[in-house]
Amino acid sequence: MLVKLGEYLQFPFVRYALLVGVLISLCSSLFGVTLVLKRFSFIGDGLSHVAFGAMAVATVMKLADQMLLILPVTALAAVFLLKRDQNGKIKGDAATAMISVGALAFGYLLMNRFPTSANIAGDVCSTLFGSTSILTLSKFDVFLSTALSVIVIVLFVLCYNRIFSVTFDTDFARTAGMNADRINLMIAVIIAVIIVLAMNLVGSLLISALIIFPALSAMCLSNSFFKVTVVSSCLAVISTLCGILASILWGTPVGSTIVAAEVIVFAVCRIAGGHVHI
Amino acid sequence: MALITVENLCLGYDGRAVVNGLSFQVEEGSYVCVVGENGSGKTTLMRTLLGLQQPLSGTITFDSSVASGEIGYLPQQSFIQREFPATVREIVLSGCIGKLGKRFFYSSREKQTAEDCMRRAEIEHLAERSYKELSRGQQQRVLMARALCAAGRVLVLDEPTAGLDPVFTEELYGLIEKLNKEGMTIIMVSHDLEAAMKYATHILHIGDTLFYGSRDEYLERSEGRFLLVQKESGACL
Repeated sequence: MLVKLGEYLQFPFVRYALLVGVLISLCSSLFGVTLVLKRFSFIGDGLSHVAFGAMAVATVMKLADQMLLILPVTALAAVFLLKRDQNGKIKGDAATAMISVGALAFGYLLMNRFPTSANIAGDVCSTLFGSTSILTLSKFDVFLSTALSVIVIVLFVLCYNRIFSVTFDTDFARTAGMNADRINLMIAVIIAVIIVLAMNLVGSLLISALIIFPALSAMCLSNSFFKVTVVSSCLAVISTLCGILASILWGTPVGSTIVAAEVIVFAVCRIAGGHVHI
Repeated sequence: MALITVENLCLGYDGRAVVNGLSFQVEEGSYVCVVGENGSGKTTLMRTLLGLQQPLSGTITFDSSVASGEIGYLPQQSFIQREFPATVREIVLSGCIGKLGKRFFYSSREKQTAEDCMRRAEIEHLAERSYKELSRGQQQRVLMARALCAAGRVLVLDEPTAGLDPVFTEELYGLIEKLNKEGMTIIMVSHDLEAAMKYATHILHIGDTLFYGSRDEYLERSEGRFLLVQKESGACL
């Protein structure tokens, strides 16, 4: 088996997939801690459906660079959803559900009415559950994903103290003179970036798994915010590595194999560390 | 000059006034208890004083010596997540967030402030413990230490003893009294009239009748002699 793995690692596309996969899951796990603790777990799910809808529109419009449409639309939806939750007439979870299923329905409708290839069912399936696209990344894709991931990670490290403050108690952060709205806006935009990046990796239905599972697993094991953050990112990297390698070895779909690895890691942490109260 | 001057304040939400025509001044070093029935607008008043909410009308003026973000705030415990995975030290240190300015990380001076505040709240032995493992009373002290980190001279407390058992309640009142004696101005919302009478120097009563004055004046108020402001019906909007 190791020999077989060694052979695969000779291929640049396998190494690219591992690099991009690890970076993306690292980003999602870092901000996943905040989302889970702020009770926004479902926003990731909602946004990924928005991204799916935006991608359908981009496909139908035959845009050369789909990112240019998907990223801003998803970011706008993220800002809208996080804002809504603070003072909305429609409660946060209902707004998320509405936007989420709405975007999904319209996305599929568009793809079905204006097919761009003969195999619509295959297209839709691979957008929803991830395709082999992580294994067919172009050099530019790899560069873009890497650069964005690095920016996200650097921003997280620099704003760590502020992110902690708004996650634990936004009102207090405000009274202490911090510009909490700016950090919340930053978090919203970054979540959108992560989701758009992660669509390549696991597909839009499974993205929230990358965001919530490492955080929940880490909360079973550690009691300090710092440790939860560190453990969460380690677990995310390990499960993604295992998932991608396993999918290469056994020819399983990349996205669902990674998520399956996350679930197994969570089960292990839960048994080892006890309850997670969330 | 008074530390905080409130003039003709009208409070409420969704354009509906809860409190009308409220005026009072808080002097440095005083211990103000805000009392009133449920729903009379006590928490709304706190949030407005802290700038979390805009008043419908009226003004709140802080003495120029009170910089923004120098007010320590102890929120109602129900607003805080009790299961949050963080150590006591992490939470107390987050009280210094306003002092970061344009920097990204805490300096050793802020870390020292956090240690001092933990000592003042008598929780330094809990520094490495996880917040969620603590009792309600200990959690309240942690939030108190965090508020102290931010507090220059004013501490605003919203129902600090709600849900605490009598022993912790007494301890917490003792701590607040100690801080007040050290010169901290205290503004506390409370249900506990007995404690308000025992510790406060001034009472602010909001509800159908508005009253602000010293504790002794409040005690004589039953005769109606010191009713300062009468609620005007819907005068605000």
